[in-house]
Amino acid sequence: MGLGPGLFEVFGDYWQIFLQGTIGTLKYAFIAVSLGSLLGALIALANLSKNKILTAVGSVYVTVLRGTPLLVQMYIAYFFLPLVIPALNNVGKETNVLIALVLNSSAYVSEIIRGGINSVDKGQTEAARSLGMSASHTMTKIILPQAIKNILPAMGNEYIAMIKETSLAGTFMLYELMYTRTLLANKFLVWQPLFIIAAIYLILTMVLTTLVGIMEKRLSVSD
Amino acid sequence: MTEKTQPIIEVKNLHKRFGDLEVLKGVNESIYKGEVISIIGPSGGGKSTFLRCLNFLEVPEEGEVFFEGQKLDPNSTDLDKHRQKIGMVFQLFNVFPHLTVLDNITITPILEKKVPKAEAEKEAMELLKMVGLEDKAKEYPRKLSGGQKQRLAIVRAMAMHPDIMLFDEPTSALDPEMVKEVLEVIKKLAESGMTCVIVTHEMGFAKTISDRILFIDGGIIAEEGTPEEIFEHAQNPRTREFLGKVL
Repeated sequence: MGLGPGLFEVFGDYWQIFLQGTIGTLKYAFIAVSLGSLLGALIALANLSKNKILTAVGSVYVTVLRGTPLLVQMYIAYFFLPLVIPALNNVGKETNVLIALVLNSSAYVSEIIRGGINSVDKGQTEAARSLGMSASHTMTKIILPQAIKNILPAMGNEYIAMIKETSLAGTFMLYELMYTRTLLANKFLVWQPLFIIAAIYLILTMVLTTLVGIMEKRLSVSD
Repeated sequence: MTEKTQPIIEVKNLHKRFGDLEVLKGVNESIYKGEVISIIGPSGGGKSTFLRCLNFLEVPEEGEVFFEGQKLDPNSTDLDKHRQKIGMVFQLFNVFPHLTVLDNITITPILEKKVPKAEAEKEAMELLKMVGLEDKAKEYPRKLSGGQKQRLAIVRAMAMHPDIMLFDEPTSALDPEMVKEVLEVIKKLAESGMTCVIVTHEMGFAKTISDRILFIDGGIIAEEGTPEEIFEHAQNPRTREFLGKVL
């Protein structure tokens, strides 16, 4: 039994499917990280606050979402959420899977933001507050501009990680890179798509890793 | 009490704990306008903690601090208003590294006192001239030496027009050759009538500049008096022992 058509032949015949899958992967990762960042910023603020209830809620949130597999979270979002939130039945299953991606990303991003803020010397806060600067100005004008140097590269890395994580969404028939495997398996192409998909993931992560590296260098120049 | 004799800062029965460690064990003190007070004493005795309680960077568990007759309250937004009038200079300078020298000075007046930018910058330039840093206005702090950073930190506090300045070991982190330039600035300030409270290990400086010396040890003001009383005729054996070691 032969192996069938080669990689280049398959890619030449079906490149549009792979392209669409790649766009899906980049899109879902982008949605997860950007919405996850907004939510993650709120979680980070909760975790940094002096309110013990808020920090407890934030800490449980982060622990649970980082301590359980994303695939399990996706299944729960896919099958359980619509049972308790009926409105989710009408928005399409894609949304449910995306909710899981966003929540999962927010937990990681919140820790990135919290770490970035904590990395700024405590003396900066003390100096600002001793001048009579308000707590919110101290955060937005003194702490965050310094924390961002640590936060941005880490967020880039989170986006790279998320590109790989979104492959799980194919399980739920969301049109991303891994889902192209299912599409082409129907055409009796079993092994070729796997290597093509792997190569595309590798190119994506390598290019983005290089970009993050350049960003890191640029940000550290002003130190 | 008449307006004239009201202290700028009055401290009553101040207690501060860090976990099980009681750092301040009931401190009472009044600081009056124009006074220059140096706080001396062994490490871990509570000097810095006492100073940091005066603007509530450390919130005491017990006792009260009054600033110009008003009680400091950690939960009140008035605290920011009071802090604008209580300048503070830190051992490690704590200048803002992401802002230029000029912006370090102008940011708080512009944000919190709504001073127009041009006016804030004009005043900042005058302050920089006063401490010999006018040619550094557009630089970032990373280009400054330790002594220059500390001079910047002092004028940054001055730009808020404080009624009192607190100095927390302002020369302890400096290379020896830079100590003098910073002490000169503090001296100039003190001579201009600014009320100053200085935690310091520079005994010679404390002796010449101060109206009053507080010797803080074991969480209390163990002895206080004029420089002469403390340095020449200390009553408390702990004071004599400490001075014997450092002089």
